[in-house]
Amino acid sequence: MTKVVIIDDEFLARSLVKEYMKSFPQLEVVAECGDGFEGMKAIQEHNPDLIFLDIQMPKISGFEMLELIDEPPAVIFATAFDEYAIKAFDAHAVDYLLKPFDQERFDKAVKKFLAQQHANIDATKELLNDTQLPTTNNRIVVKNGSKIKIIPVQEVHYLEAADDFVKVFTKEGYYLKNKTMSFFESFLPAEMFVRCHRSYIVNIQEITRIDPYEKDGHVAVLKSGAKINISRNGYGKLREVLGL
Amino acid sequence: MLFNTQIYLLSNLNFSSQISILDSLISNTLLLLAGLLVLNMIKYYIPTTTYQYVSVIAACLVLAGLWLFITNSFLKILINNSQAYSSFLENSLIIRFSFAFLVITIVTIAAILWYNWIDRRKTEQRKTDTEKLSRDAELYKLRQQLQPHFLFNSLNSINALIAINPKQARKMVQQLSDFLRGTLKKEESQMVTLDEEVSHLNLYLEIEKVRFGNRLVTEINIAEECKQKLIPALLLQPVVENAIKFGLYDTTGDTLIKIECVMEGNNLCVEVSNPHDPTTSIPVRGTGFGLSSINRRLYLLFARNDLLTTESGEEVFKTIVRIPQEAVSSKP
Repeated sequence: MTKVVIIDDEFLARSLVKEYMKSFPQLEVVAECGDGFEGMKAIQEHNPDLIFLDIQMPKISGFEMLELIDEPPAVIFATAFDEYAIKAFDAHAVDYLLKPFDQERFDKAVKKFLAQQHANIDATKELLNDTQLPTTNNRIVVKNGSKIKIIPVQEVHYLEAADDFVKVFTKEGYYLKNKTMSFFESFLPAEMFVRCHRSYIVNIQEITRIDPYEKDGHVAVLKSGAKINISRNGYGKLREVLGL
Repeated sequence: MLFNTQIYLLSNLNFSSQISILDSLISNTLLLLAGLLVLNMIKYYIPTTTYQYVSVIAACLVLAGLWLFITNSFLKILINNSQAYSSFLENSLIIRFSFAFLVITIVTIAAILWYNWIDRRKTEQRKTDTEKLSRDAELYKLRQQLQPHFLFNSLNSINALIAINPKQARKMVQQLSDFLRGTLKKEESQMVTLDEEVSHLNLYLEIEKVRFGNRLVTEINIAEECKQKLIPALLLQPVVENAIKFGLYDTTGDTLIKIECVMEGNNLCVEVSNPHDPTTSIPVRGTGFGLSSINRRLYLLFARNDLLTTESGEEVFKTIVRIPQEAVSSKP
């Protein structure tokens, strides 16, 4: 039996997916969720093989929810997002259904999933790692134990690379996020955040002063008292953004 | 007129009428030709460099000299029997030259001014045309961007209803059609009564209620005095759409959308409130597409930037739109 979770904030949209699924008796709906939080819980609880996921949902978007799951299942997006926006992640999702869709289109997507079940899960991971998803770039969603935290970007002090993770520092401490530095460099608003070092991205509004450090290095002192290394290259970028 | 003066002058100086007429005919015709030449040149080329005055004067000097030379040659050939006339011709060179120079310069400068003025008027006309065009296009675009998401989600809901509840599916098709017809019918700059706008809004809200089920609750209060006041057509729907979007996507519970209309002096004041959660919502709200496009539209219509305001409370977010009635009634 293949376990399926449907995550969509509209009851009717969920019931449509359920109705279309009747032609695939090997699929079993183990949970239906109206938002990303419920979706996460259901995924942890049931460990489904496939999820149908809407993008625009209460509190956190479908993308943000996916980012928070350690072992994401295969995903078929069902959304009214336009085709152009969807091309960005076309290559990695199993498939996407543009609302409104018919049985035929739905069958095609499910068959594609059934044909390559394992490849699909790897594809979801790739989707999350490599692709610049069309999410809002004014917040970062992180997981703290079982709690979900939404951090508006202006509350981020700085980011530090830590192996496969990035530490997102705020006034409450740091949160780990399974993304790369270059992802954040392109994701965060460029007028506010500067990659000042290979391992650091700093929020320029948090900088109180920049001190010289050793021969030709610099160090930024933040309002919180934290000190951040600045590379030669990064110093040039900082000067440009700060208009020095 | 120049002819007559010159004939009169020459006759006074005791030249025969034949000589006077011939002289004035030739010199004035040539002067006329020179003037026409200048006019035609200016039509296609207006000097615009910093040296324009210098070059204009230099050109006029040259032209006047040329004119004098040609006139003199003609006159000498045609009138060669009068000694007195020949010496007169010699003596009047300076006067003739200055006169020709003066006339040509005046014609040139007048022509430059005239063509400059025409040019400027054309440019201005083009500018207002472009502005109007881009404004229309912008308004059109702003409206278009708001629709598709809503439309496709509604169609998806209808698709689901067809199997579960065909009767309601049929009803929703009707509502959606009425709503779309209302949207298409109206011009961007058109003013409608608040009553009309709200009934259009209700169609929209009914559809959204089918989509979101019990989660969406609405309450509309309109003061009696407001009902016949005017408001730009289709203005409120995006405001409410924005409120619903943030209300529904910001909280996971039921969403109460409240719409209140009152008169505030000469302003029609429409307040739309939705629940929100200040701890998770983004503090810099209102920069999103929804509200900024409404603000832009109000600016295009009324040339004011202060008509859309927002208030962020503990649990409720308010969007307030003011429509100055004195400005509205002067519009078609």
